[in-house]
Amino acid sequence: MELDLAFIWAAIIAFAVLAYVILDGFDLGVGILFPFFPTKAEKDVMMNSVAPVWDGNETWLVLGGGGLLAVFPLAYATILPALYVPIVAMLLGLIFRGVAFEYRWRTKRAEHLWNGAFTGGSVVAAFSQGVALGALVQGIPVANRAYTGGWWDWLTPFSVVTGLAVLVGYALLGATWLIMKTTGELAERARRYAYVTGVGTLVAMGIVSLWTPFLEPLYLDRWFGWPTAAFSFIVPLLVIGCFLVLAQGLRTGHDSRPFLASLGLFVLGYIGIGISFYPYIVPTSVTIWDAAAPDESLAFLLVGAVVLVPLILAYTAYAYWVFRGKVNPEEGYH
Amino acid sequence: MFDNLDATLLARLQFAFTVSFHIIFPAFSIGLASYLAVLQGLWLRTNEKVYLELFDFWKTIFALAFGMGVVSGIVMSYQFGTNWSVFSDKAGPIIGPLMGYEVLSAFFLEAGFLGVMLFGRERVGPGLHFFATIMVALGTLMSAIWILAVNSWMQTPAGFAMNDAGQYVPADWWAIIFNPSFPYRLVHMVLAAYLTTALVVGAVGAYHLLRRTSPLRSGTMFSMAMWMLTIVAPVQIIAGDLHGLNTLEYQPVKVMAMEGHYRSYPDGAPLILFGMPNPEEKRVDYALEIPKLSSLILKHDLNAPLAGLDTVPEALQPPVPIVFWAFRIMVAIGFAMFGLGLWSLYCRWRGSLYDSDWLHRCAMVMGPAGFVAVLAGWITTEVGRQPFTIYGHLLTADSVSPIAAPAVATSLIAFIIVYFLIFGAGTFYILRLMARLPRDPMGDLDEGPIRTAGITPAPQAAKHEETRHGA
Repeated sequence: MELDLAFIWAAIIAFAVLAYVILDGFDLGVGILFPFFPTKAEKDVMMNSVAPVWDGNETWLVLGGGGLLAVFPLAYATILPALYVPIVAMLLGLIFRGVAFEYRWRTKRAEHLWNGAFTGGSVVAAFSQGVALGALVQGIPVANRAYTGGWWDWLTPFSVVTGLAVLVGYALLGATWLIMKTTGELAERARRYAYVTGVGTLVAMGIVSLWTPFLEPLYLDRWFGWPTAAFSFIVPLLVIGCFLVLAQGLRTGHDSRPFLASLGLFVLGYIGIGISFYPYIVPTSVTIWDAAAPDESLAFLLVGAVVLVPLILAYTAYAYWVFRGKVNPEEGYH
Repeated sequence: MFDNLDATLLARLQFAFTVSFHIIFPAFSIGLASYLAVLQGLWLRTNEKVYLELFDFWKTIFALAFGMGVVSGIVMSYQFGTNWSVFSDKAGPIIGPLMGYEVLSAFFLEAGFLGVMLFGRERVGPGLHFFATIMVALGTLMSAIWILAVNSWMQTPAGFAMNDAGQYVPADWWAIIFNPSFPYRLVHMVLAAYLTTALVVGAVGAYHLLRRTSPLRSGTMFSMAMWMLTIVAPVQIIAGDLHGLNTLEYQPVKVMAMEGHYRSYPDGAPLILFGMPNPEEKRVDYALEIPKLSSLILKHDLNAPLAGLDTVPEALQPPVPIVFWAFRIMVAIGFAMFGLGLWSLYCRWRGSLYDSDWLHRCAMVMGPAGFVAVLAGWITTEVGRQPFTIYGHLLTADSVSPIAAPAVATSLIAFIIVYFLIFGAGTFYILRLMARLPRDPMGDLDEGPIRTAGITPAPQAAKHEETRHGA
């Protein structure tokens, strides 16, 4: 049997992007919530809770981008020009919040500036990613292997809504991460924010879900045509289920359950979007097979991915394990 | 207001600007990661506290430089798509998998173990911590290997075919990776990174030696840096010469621009030491030249004929003055490094390595020279291969995204403002860290995220305290 390398790679890229969304999602979320925690001690602990892992989390974004260039060059070459503004905004946002991790500890006088950079960068990056997602879902016109639209086409009410949805969703991931990693007053406060952002995320998912099928006949068909319509019933039920687990975890004071439930919400939302536009990689212009590089390229990198991705997952898990448990407030300063 | 400006030129300016800022950090972190691994290895072997103190001193600086390298690098990985989408589509099947390997084998390795290296010594113990440091250093080197394979393939493309969609597709991966200029470029760049780091470490050591506050620590780092310079600078000059000969074979036009050879020399070409390239008149004004030396260096024969730019269509020539000057700056700094290395060897022999003020002052002045040389070298090779992105095959003008000039101009301005702000601040913090003595109390400042023992088991924490008080 001939292997469908394009399909395998679509799955790997999808996994890389999902890994990015949930991993960097929680550390961007910590940045988004930064100003809502007033004391320096709380901010120190918040930053320390993600400092050892944020860099690895962000590498999944490079894999998503670099992987797209390697295996779906046509998608890379049409999506990025179409999303020029949100992508550049995201990159600039990531610069500000990335350096804040180090700069903030190097100065007393300008500490508030780097606090602001941490939050501002996180908010801009999260919102831009949501906008980019929305702009991708609403479709990108391609002709003669090039993007044919203008450089403001991405900006629509729908993409703004998806931007806000991702912003709120990341804040939820950040809040539930803090519940898991911190104690006392900080964790209590995070719990309150998790309620608010949890409801916000559910509402945002609802709005985007009701809107999406009417953007494209294809999506409408996917959502209400057989057999994919089965997912249209299952996914919302699972979303409700995750939300109930989240609410129950928050109410009973469980440490890790709210975070896991929030991850569940993201995975479900991601699957919902993926089902809507598969097999397009640039909706609704380019399919994964149109965009795929020749098999020689796909096979060459696949060998490495098969060996290295499990290895990466293993040592990433190890790094998380080394820094497991609650962050000790005494650790960062003395 | 930007409508008159060409989108291609703006995209080139943006790439040149962002990649120039970016390369500074890897050039430093490749060398520094290896230095940190050596320091830690020496500490584990000899149990001399000074090595651990130096490790902690440079570790903090590494964290800053590495952070800046990461964020400026993410920009690069997306800029191919935003500004150079036609190139990305055409070359993606070849350069994409190489960059994919860079992410999988290098970036994850660095990022995965960086947290353990920076924050985890008390949590994992010295053995595993040393392993994490080695993995970070290995990651930086792997990254250099893959990205230089990509760049070298664009300079001296090999092992490819074309498909119906007009894409460059792989025919022979071995030939693609080990393309003709790759081994030379790799050696030249890794040595450059080591030299750059040695100059920085040497300058910091010299600064503290001049202030005479901590002779053991500053002397140790100064001595290590000078050894590196003494040994590697001459090797680098030889590697650079071999790289030049390789360029002459595969990209002769670039060498013509480097040499300032506007015309051909049928019976031996002169080496133009200095002069003012005059692109209008197609000659080098006020040239100070040594007859026939260029032929001797490039062809090992005084009378060997060398072709000049008059044999190349004007549209396919690189801008000569930039290449000419950048090359001379790089070579001059290379020889200055060699000189500093020899001088330090002489002082070492005389036993005055640690108290020769003039040597220390010169080492301080030379501190940033490695960065200048690295940038000048890259400008030489990148401007020298114009007007092509894939040398001899794809023109830069045919590689650019179909994106409106105002979009590129706006993002260019945003990058310039943000980079000067962010990396200016970062450089300031790095310099301030360098000015602090190793293991000096950090005043009322925090030491950074999770840097000390907290929830470690008691015996280890006690040992750590001992180390601290001993220092």
